[in-house]
Amino acid sequence: MIAKPALVLDGLEYTYDSAPMRFDLTVAPGEWLAIIGPSGAGKSTLLDIIAGFLTPERGRVTISGADMRGVPPSQRPLSFVFQENNLFAHLSAVQNVGLGISPRLRLSPAERQRAAEALQAVGLVGFEDRKPGEMSGGERQRVALARAFVRQRPLLLLDEPFAALGPALRRDMLALLRDLRRQAGTMTVLMVTHHPEDALGFADKVAFLDKGRFVTVGPTEETLSASGIAAVERYLGTRALA
Amino acid sequence: MAAGARPLRLSARQMTGSTDRRWRVAAGLAAVAALAVFLGGAGFALLAQADRTPNLFALASDRYLRGVVLFTLEQAALSTLLAVIGALPLAVALHRARFPGRGLVLRLFLLPQALPVLVGALAIIAVWGRNGVVSDLVATLGFGRLNVYGLSGILIAHTFFNLPLAARLMVAALDGVPAESWKLAGQLSLTPLTTFRLLEWPAIRTALPGATSLIFMLCVTSFTLVLTLGGGPGATTLEVAIYQALRYDFDPGLAVFLALIQIGLTALALAVTLRLGETTPGGFTLGRRARRYDPAQGFVRVLDLAVLAVGIAFVLSPFIATIVAGLRSDLVALLADPNVQRAAMTSGVVALAAATLALLLATPLLLARQALARSASSRRHAAWRGLFELSGSLVLVVPPIVIGAGWFLLLRRVTDVFAAAPFVVIATNAVMAMPFIVRILAPALATSAERHDRLAESLGLFGLARLRHVEWPALKAPLALSFAFALALSLGDLGAMALFGSQDFVTLPYLLLQRMGSYRTADAAGLALLLGALCLALMAFAERGFRPEEGR
Repeated sequence: MIAKPALVLDGLEYTYDSAPMRFDLTVAPGEWLAIIGPSGAGKSTLLDIIAGFLTPERGRVTISGADMRGVPPSQRPLSFVFQENNLFAHLSAVQNVGLGISPRLRLSPAERQRAAEALQAVGLVGFEDRKPGEMSGGERQRVALARAFVRQRPLLLLDEPFAALGPALRRDMLALLRDLRRQAGTMTVLMVTHHPEDALGFADKVAFLDKGRFVTVGPTEETLSASGIAAVERYLGTRALA
Repeated sequence: MAAGARPLRLSARQMTGSTDRRWRVAAGLAAVAALAVFLGGAGFALLAQADRTPNLFALASDRYLRGVVLFTLEQAALSTLLAVIGALPLAVALHRARFPGRGLVLRLFLLPQALPVLVGALAIIAVWGRNGVVSDLVATLGFGRLNVYGLSGILIAHTFFNLPLAARLMVAALDGVPAESWKLAGQLSLTPLTTFRLLEWPAIRTALPGATSLIFMLCVTSFTLVLTLGGGPGATTLEVAIYQALRYDFDPGLAVFLALIQIGLTALALAVTLRLGETTPGGFTLGRRARRYDPAQGFVRVLDLAVLAVGIAFVLSPFIATIVAGLRSDLVALLADPNVQRAAMTSGVVALAAATLALLLATPLLLARQALARSASSRRHAAWRGLFELSGSLVLVVPPIVIGAGWFLLLRRVTDVFAAAPFVVIATNAVMAMPFIVRILAPALATSAERHDRLAESLGLFGLARLRHVEWPALKAPLALSFAFALALSLGDLGAMALFGSQDFVTLPYLLLQRMGSYRTADAAGLALLLGALCLALMAFAERGFRPEEGR
């Protein structure tokens, strides 16, 4: 028996600023899919639809076999890490992670311990009581990752969460994400990024989005090196060399 | 990617937050209902009493009415003109000149708005009146002494209150000029005139429609100043005429007629204000300090400093006069006076109640509006949002004195007007503060929603948990500030008090007016100092709270 796909987008249609978008996609369980493409291609819109922040005009989102129509964002089996503002400024790191366990933030000692362990897992030992204002951008995103993993939902959506970090720090974060995934078992990741190099060595597959449509979806190296597709090569800047 | 700015399309079915939203909308509607009862009650009373239908014919044929309407418009137009024209060179000089204490001057320009109007009126009389400093000066030069009562006094007072406001709005507009423009101007060594033509004037021009219409609006509805400085047959505005019709002539029909004209006039002015664009919140902030690379030199620098000196003297002198005259009075005896103590106590209770009520009304209104913005898909929602938006600023159309007049007439039929007075005054003061509170709270709420809405949705933060983690941290400081603002506004208000004050119900401004009326000048000066200091302290607290918080 073949496991149900982690995510299926079936004829999703959405009009953003009178630009029509249409998405069809199937993602296997445990896959790490990087979504790249130029600004305005619809990358963030796509994640917002999957997460339930936007309602598609037509089509269906299916996560692990369950139709998501009418399911509110908080009930969907996924976690979302935004580019910024993932944390509440008045809550400490451990409380911010704890929100992922209980939105009312009534944590039992065991739950608090779990949140603290999640912080340790992202390399933030001793950061429990720090406020977001006392952390660097990278540290804040680590807290957000810790919360995403504590929620134990099978699908993780990342909307350029590392875009504001430098190249070295970005690679560190990606490596951290890879390790966390291994420990968590199967977690499917959809990662929107501006940097094709983020995908290399991390993502299993790359999907290239242009003008609201998937132009190509394929194994990372292959797609990024020799897709032969004009839009992809224009974006990567490899076309002029060829 | 272009996240954040675009409207989120969420269908109602999709939200667990829909319960949360329903609660918020219900609370908002309750606030709207309370407002509707209060404002509607006044409106109903006015219409029920209307034995003369207001028509243009009556207006044109009655000389008294025509005079009042014309004078209302005339003084407002002239005051606005003086304030805006006077503010222009001042704003330019203030922005261009670099001198120690520039921030202090900007802060000084915040003060007139914080000063209770009655205290300001007294100060204007002290500086510009027959026995004032300016009169002394003019007299020694061989001219007659000034007469501050009538149009000239009203104009001076309105300019004192509104010129700094206009100047601040203009400076805020200048602060909005990108830093690169000033660098460019410095690099190209543009002359002051070219800089004005290319950079300063275009920036100021964008602020002009908003500033002009706002000030016109304030002057058209000005009550206390006209009451104290005008008031004769030749210098009466609609609001003062309403007051006189109720308190002296007891002619309810006339009062109603005047009130309806006043509402029409304010509605017209408000429509123009809204059309001419949002006034920036620059009225509150001290602004970023723009770095300029075109230091004024020679003649221009001298001119700048001269303009600044005159401007500062004009704005500062009434404050100094208040302090000097106030200190000359017997403050200790005044504080020991049981009448003063009682008035202070009454003022405190009224102000606290009014400020609390204002927050209790404004906050649900705004939360409901924001909750609907979260799910702005259907047209129905847009209409509801409009309702919440409108309710907050409805008071701008219906001046306090008109609301007061309505309730005065209504209560007269069922009970002793003066027994119900405190409640009407509290409610009126609360409603008066609402437009300001909305302006303070709404941006904070919008920012927090933009930051945290999606996060809260995805984590399932709703109800009290959402209030605690999303709204409360963002609103804490603005709420404190709104409260201080509403307190100060209520403490200094004379609008509703003028109608409802009595021997048994005396607030500090009312007591001040009584002492002025009975020519107990020293007492009045002392009270003015106390009241002014109290309100300024509150506003200073509020202004401190307005500085952006660091960190995130």
